[in-house]
Formats: sequence, C-alpha cells, structure tokens
Amino acid sequence: MNKNVVYVDNNATTRVAPEVLDAMMPFLTDFYGNPSSIHTFGGQVHKHIENARAQLAALIGAEPSETIFTSCGTESDNAAILSALENDLRRRRVVATRVEHPAVLSLCKVLQQKGYHVDYVPVNNKGQVCLDALCRMVTDDTAIVSVMWANNETGNVYPVQEIAEIAHQHGALFHTDAVQAVGKVPIDLKKTRIDFLSLSGHKLHAPKGIGALYVRRGLKFNQFLIGGHQEYGLRAGTENVSGIVALGRAAQLAAQHMDEERTRVAALRDYLETGLLKSCPDARVNGNPASRLPNTTNISFEFIEGEAILLRLNEFNVAASSGSACTSGSLEPSHVLRAMGVPQTAMHGSIRFSLCRYNTKEEMDLILEKLPPIVRLLRELSPYGRETAKSHGRP
Amino acid sequence: MWNYTEKVMDHFLHPRNAGDIPDADAVGEVGNITCGDALKLYLKLDPAKQNIVDVKFQTFGCASAIASASALTELIKGKSIADAAKITNNDIADYLGSLPEEKMHCSVMGMEALQTALANLQGKGASTAACADSHAEHGGAYDPDGLDRVVCFCFSVTERKIRDVIRANHLTKVDEVTHYCKAGGGCGGCQDEIEKILNDMRGQAAPTPDDAARKCPATPPKLTNLQKMTKVQQVVDQEIRPGLKADGGDLELIDIDGDKVIVRLRGACAGCPGAHVTLKRWIEAKLREMVSPDLIVEEQVE
Repeated sequence: MNKNVVYVDNNATTRVAPEVLDAMMPFLTDFYGNPSSIHTFGGQVHKHIENARAQLAALIGAEPSETIFTSCGTESDNAAILSALENDLRRRRVVATRVEHPAVLSLCKVLQQKGYHVDYVPVNNKGQVCLDALCRMVTDDTAIVSVMWANNETGNVYPVQEIAEIAHQHGALFHTDAVQAVGKVPIDLKKTRIDFLSLSGHKLHAPKGIGALYVRRGLKFNQFLIGGHQEYGLRAGTENVSGIVALGRAAQLAAQHMDEERTRVAALRDYLETGLLKSCPDARVNGNPASRLPNTTNISFEFIEGEAILLRLNEFNVAASSGSACTSGSLEPSHVLRAMGVPQTAMHGSIRFSLCRYNTKEEMDLILEKLPPIVRLLRELSPYGRETAKSHGRP
Repeated sequence: MWNYTEKVMDHFLHPRNAGDIPDADAVGEVGNITCGDALKLYLKLDPAKQNIVDVKFQTFGCASAIASASALTELIKGKSIADAAKITNNDIADYLGSLPEEKMHCSVMGMEALQTALANLQGKGASTAACADSHAEHGGAYDPDGLDRVVCFCFSVTERKIRDVIRANHLTKVDEVTHYCKAGGGCGGCQDEIEKILNDMRGQAAPTPDDAARKCPATPPKLTNLQKMTKVQQVVDQEIRPGLKADGGDLELIDIDGDKVIVRLRGACAGCPGAHVTLKRWIEAKLREMVSPDLIVEEQVE
C-alpha cells in the first residue's frame, strides 16, 4: 500500500475506513450465506442488512424503510428519475441544472432523444443556481426536478429544500444527488420535502460498489432493476451484503465525525486555499466560498494547464484532480466551469483539492511547498507566462 | 490516467530547449489559450540560412503537448531546413515511443508549429523549399478558396487541415480525426461534415438527403417578408433548436429585421465559449440554405 500518498482527491473516492473494513470482513469470509435463504446460515445475515439500513437512515434523518441499497450513486440517480417519469406518464418534462453530475446529465440527454423535454437551469459565475430561471422552468408538465445537494467540482452547496418546495408547487417530484454531501454536511430528510436522495458509499469511506436511494414514504416507486423480492421488492438482485454492512458502519462513523468535517477539515482546506492564493499569483477560487462543502476547494492557476500541474504534483505523490480537458480525454474543459463562465485564461488550469478527516496539516504544508514552484515553472514554459509577469511586474 | 511512455514523462518533466530566442530567424505559433493548447517555436539559422543551429519552444498545454514540443526541438536541432521540413507528427510520436491515440493532436501541433515557422522563413528571404514541399503535398486538391474554410468552429480547424491529417495518418473514422486535430471534439456539430470529408477521400461519397437539399436553393424564389418570417421561425423550431437541445442548449428567436435574424443563445450554449462563433455560423448557414441566402444572424447578448 502506498502509505506516503498525499490524498486530496476525496470527491473522486475515499479510502475505506479501517473500522469499516473490520465490520465488512466477516461477510466476505465466514458469513457468506444468502440473506434470502431459509436456513439459519444464510438467513442470519439478513439482520445485519437491516442493522446497516438503520445506521444509514439515521445519518440522513430517514426511516429505514425509506432507504434502498443500490450498487452506486449513478444507479440511484437513474432509478429516481426514471421512476418519476413512469409514475405520471402525462408529465414529459424534466428540470436539472447545467452543473449536475454526468449520472444525471447523460441520462437527461438520452431522455431528450426519447422525446422528453429537459430544461437546464443556468448558474452564475460563482456556480450558484439561478432560482428565478428554475421557477420559470418548472411547469405543471414537469415530472421531476433534479438538483444536486453539493457539486463535486466546486463543492457548492445548493438550496435543495427550497427547490423541493418549488417543484411541489407544480406537483413535480424532487430528486437530489447528494453523493458529495452525505457525510460531509448534516442532512435531516424528515425536515424536508425531498422525494428522492442518491448517495454513494465510496465517497464516505465505504468501498466502491454500494450506494443507496432514499425514497420518501408513500411515494410510488417503479423498480429500476427487476427480478427477485430483495429490498422490499423495490430493487432486485442478491444483496451486496459486505458493501451494505460497510456503508452502515461508514454512515455511523460519518455522523461521529461530522463536527470534525466542519471544523478541522474545513480549517485545513482554508489553510491550503489561503496559502496557495498567497503564494501563487493569478490564482482564483472557482465556486462560492459562502456556501461550500467543508472539504473542497477548486482553484484555477491562470495561463497553465491542469494536467501538467497534476502530473508534476504526482511526482511528489500528491493526488488531486482537475477540470481540464486533457485529464478526461475529452477536448473540452469541465462542463461545470464552462457553465459558470470561468474566463478562458483560467478554464484549463483548474485543480480540485478535496480533503477528508485523514488529511493532516503536514500534508497541506507539503502541497504549499511543492505547488508554487510547479506553477512558476509551467508559466515560464508557457507562451502566456509573460502575461502573468505583465500583470504583476508593476509594483 | 494516461498511459504515457517513460520518454514522454522524461520530456515533460525535463523539457529540452524550453524558452525563447529573442533574435530568432523564424517563429511558428499555433493554437491558443481557448483551445487548451498552444505552441510557439523559435528557430535560429546559420549565416547561410540553410541549417537550424538553435531551437526553443514555449508550450501551454498538457504533459504530452510539452513532451511533443520538446521532442520536436530535439528532432530538428542541427538539421538542414530541407530535412526539418520532412518531419511529420508521426516522427514526433515515434521519437517519444508512442502517444495515446487521444493525444495525437499534440504531435500534430508540433508539426504545424514547425511548418508555420518554416513558412515564415520565406518572408525573410530564406530557402522556400519547405513551403513548396508542404504545398506540393496538397497535390491536385489544392484549392485556396475551398479548403481553407473552417469546418470545426470550436477549435478553428480548416478542411485543409482535416484532409492533411486524414491523408498523412490514414485515418478512417471521425473520432480518429478528432484525436489527430481536435475537429469535432467540441460541440460535435461538424461531425457529419468530417464524415463527408472522409467519404469524399475514400472516393465513395454517397449523396445524402442533406446534399440534395443543399442543391435546391440555387435560385431561391424571392420571399415576401411574411413568408420569410414564417420560414425562419419554422427552420429555427424544426431544424436548429432540436440540434441545440440535444446538447443541452437552446435558442430564442428575438426578432427578424429585413435580412437580419436576431437570436439569443440559451441553456448550455449561453455559457459555451465556442458556441457564439460556432452557432452563429451554423445557424446562419442553415437559415441561408433553407430560407434565403441573404440572411445574417446576429446574437443578442443579455
């Protein structure tokens, strides 16, 4: 294992917490029975699933019966939106923001090809959703409004409760992709009118391959995976028992560490952000610092390109990510930064640092030591480097 | 994670000949900050203006863009102009071991910067062999009026460049063309056009309904104002908006004033940096083709 990695890419995925690994391990070794079996060996596993469901439900303020385990956040997103469309066949419109995750946006594109109408809510230059536009877009023909709780690239947190109300005024359902928010900010679904909420285990220190979907009680839910009677008949397929147990334990740990996210992790993030802005000229934060996840900062280093920055950071074992086109294999930079109208000079040089409770101040100090010289060096290499010198040459 | 060769990483981490030459004999500059990569190549020649004695580069771009430029400088340093002119993007990729398919455009950018620099030498009275060669490559198809038209507005790629990379690299698919010169990699609006160029070069251009439609308005009937307005509205609703919506964008028809059609971009289009140029041209071409050749599209900015 790579003990020395400085891992600041926690919005991509997280390390499995040791406590989580301990909790799930028995279900990979001794307790391998099928929870649907009639014999004790298999059947006894079932109560561990229900225990995990209660643990997860507690983290998001839901009833256990409102919580269905899925394979990932994407499955949850797809299941929620498709279920809403099937619920009321007369409603043929969907509203989503332009900064949603591809799990929602790519589905929307497919829906458009199938004849549904999708309205995309614009955002301002801080990435805030334009609520006026959203209000205009939701109509009595809207089946579902889908707005993420927090954005994966900028960390922006959106007013999902308010938006849920707007959706309901028109009889539409409301779904939120809370994959980035769950475990990082307090969520109490009892106090909201949110109909669907998607979450993913591997973003909160459970392993990959396990997710969940909250479906508000009383709501008609149309199965996405059809087959056996698992998950109250709402999601077929033999349960990912070890993953489910892991997610339950991870949810419990997240609740315990919630205050730490808001205090220590946020302070580390701010320390890194302030330090980088101070030591690197022509750097700017993308997003809305006033309403942001405690763990995320997205900084553009102007006149240079993100992949080059990342691969040089990689030489020092620092793992971060970028919204640059080159890192994704696409030729265009991140749809989130484009939707925000980030200037061309800054569009390609964005770096996202996403922290977690395992990060330390020493790690931030390493980044603060290594990154500024990388930025300087790449600017010296860049034909636009002089523009930087120009803007800072004057006293 | 890209599968970069050790040589790519070496040239990225330790670029050779980085910097500029203030009294360069020729400079070749390609790309720009909007497109996400750019390369400026400086050449210094011997007094006889026959050999490249020094070369430097500046790159804005990813690891493979930097490595490709570095490799290029090593390939041409000390070479005669005639020999340097023969360097292709494949020589750059080979020198680096290989480049990921999606990154081949980085090597093409290197070749282009070199060709641009060599072409600029011409103006300085140096050998013109390079330019003649590069033009000769276009062969009988060389047609200054037709081939310099921009096909991909997102990345400003001309038909000539697309044909060049297809020919030089034996490309057969649209996404390969995108990998080599970026054309079609933005809004995707020109992918059909690239397909046509590929078909044309295969010599099997089958006429499509679109082609047939294009031939129709050779002598368009003069429309009345009302006819024109109805027709514009129809084309916008039936032809243009569905295409934009597929990409999360939209368009609003604001006004029609004589031959001036005023529109406003909506949705994803409104924030897309390439959209303004691309869409104006595309919408204009579509309206001219289907309504009247005199129409001008103007964008109303919010």
